[in-house]
Amino acid sequence: MTEKQDLVKGNEAVAMGALDAGCRHYFGYPITPQSDIPEYLSYHLPKLGGEFVQAESEVAAINMLLGAAATGVRAMTSSSSPGISLMQEGLSYIAGSEIPIVIINMSRSGPGLGGIAPSQGDYFQAVKGGGHGDYHLLVLAPNSVQELYDLTILAFELAEKYRNPVMILGDAMIGQMKEPLLRRTPEKIVEYPKDWALTGAKGRPQRVLKSLYLKDGELTAHNWKLHQKYEAMKKDEIRYEEVFVEDAELILVAFGSAARISRTSVMMAREQGMKVGLFRPITLFPFPEPRLADFAKKDVGFFVVELNTGQMVEDVKIATAGRSVDFFGKPPGALPTPEEIFEKIREIYPG
Amino acid sequence: MIQSVIMAGFGGQGILLIGNMLAYAALGEGKHVTYMPAYGVEMRGGTANCTVVVSDEPIGSPIVGKPDAVIVMNLPSLKKFESWIKPEGKLFLNTSLAPADERTREDIAFYPIPANDLASQMGNARLANMILIGAYVKATGIVSQDALIDSLSKVISERNARFIPQNIEAIKLGADQVETANP
Repeated sequence: MTEKQDLVKGNEAVAMGALDAGCRHYFGYPITPQSDIPEYLSYHLPKLGGEFVQAESEVAAINMLLGAAATGVRAMTSSSSPGISLMQEGLSYIAGSEIPIVIINMSRSGPGLGGIAPSQGDYFQAVKGGGHGDYHLLVLAPNSVQELYDLTILAFELAEKYRNPVMILGDAMIGQMKEPLLRRTPEKIVEYPKDWALTGAKGRPQRVLKSLYLKDGELTAHNWKLHQKYEAMKKDEIRYEEVFVEDAELILVAFGSAARISRTSVMMAREQGMKVGLFRPITLFPFPEPRLADFAKKDVGFFVVELNTGQMVEDVKIATAGRSVDFFGKPPGALPTPEEIFEKIREIYPG
Repeated sequence: MIQSVIMAGFGGQGILLIGNMLAYAALGEGKHVTYMPAYGVEMRGGTANCTVVVSDEPIGSPIVGKPDAVIVMNLPSLKKFESWIKPEGKLFLNTSLAPADERTREDIAFYPIPANDLASQMGNARLANMILIGAYVKATGIVSQDALIDSLSKVISERNARFIPQNIEAIKLGADQVETANP
């Protein structure tokens, strides 16, 4: 390990990434297990000339965020599952109005108030829309403190590139753990044209950001336009990590903290001579469907591990149509141990 | 080389503090490290535990089912974590609060350390955690004692810097216990 690494908590890495991406506007409402993010930003943003607003509720925060980001500034919010649910209406409006924002979900357990333990129960909500209407967030799922930092910076770039909300989907495990972080502050912030931003119309034609389209055919066209954006994301933005997949007879598929724990299980299997690999989607939307479809052409089994009772496994089944897909789900309570997942691998490993 | 440890006790005993110290010490030695606090609705008097993994290679899981060692500061934590320890692993037990005869495993190395009593003799019962982490680092060699001592300035605020010398003294006293303990 080199350069200047520091021991950093996952939540703080997100906040550092946001600052280093040039985000100067935060709106949020505290909730465990992500309150380190607003805590850190409330200290640092004012010193950088930014705005930190603790709103009266999540509903208020997401709408303040809509307003700020509409002016073209980099802005974000962060919350955890129940708070993210409260923000869904605003997210739908933001997606419909094509306003770039970044939203962090350090998810906890549900449904309802649930608990504060790690969970991946928000997968469906994150990748399938969440609010009303035909839209998608671009969803990134980091599995280390370093990736929380790096992907937060990327999130701001992608949000502007596509004029679309980008979500970082973490959980209580990844937000609370500490690891060495190399804070590679970007030399230049990647930005995209803001010819849509509401900056005052003096001397130029008026711009409008809205999600209400009532004229004949207008909304149809708008929905198709959004759809094309999602298709472009599927073409250009799919990200994943592969470990030992080349000769694998069984490919374990997991994201975020489940992937992190599973990685050790895969190593255990390799030590026993079992040809097991790990496929980790980093983008959950767009989902790395084509890559999984490639694997499915070979004689290989799939094993999905999630911290829920089965959500991403549906997308893996679609991608690998026809192949056997085993599943191990651990709903919130105790996290699975690498040994526990290894035992499951041993049970289903071919031959 | 990869080593894992679970540290457990009551909230307020400084479990998370010594977990952080070990993580900073490992970072200081250029090793890979993960620190994972057990995140519950914990408070002073509740239970607290954390898992630290130190390795020369990148670390997969920060969650460990069979730790190489467990540092136990109270009886409920002994009941919970003794069975987790890897065969031939190490148990560091604060015998001031968890009697040695409460343990059940024979296949692990046992380090009984009356940490609260020793700390009280030093004049500050709150040093018990330092005594245990000192013993653990000495017995495992997971990091050097110097790196552990250097980590104190990372976890103790400047306001409390005057307490660092007695913490160092406690770490060394803990290390001495390992030489006298009989695993």
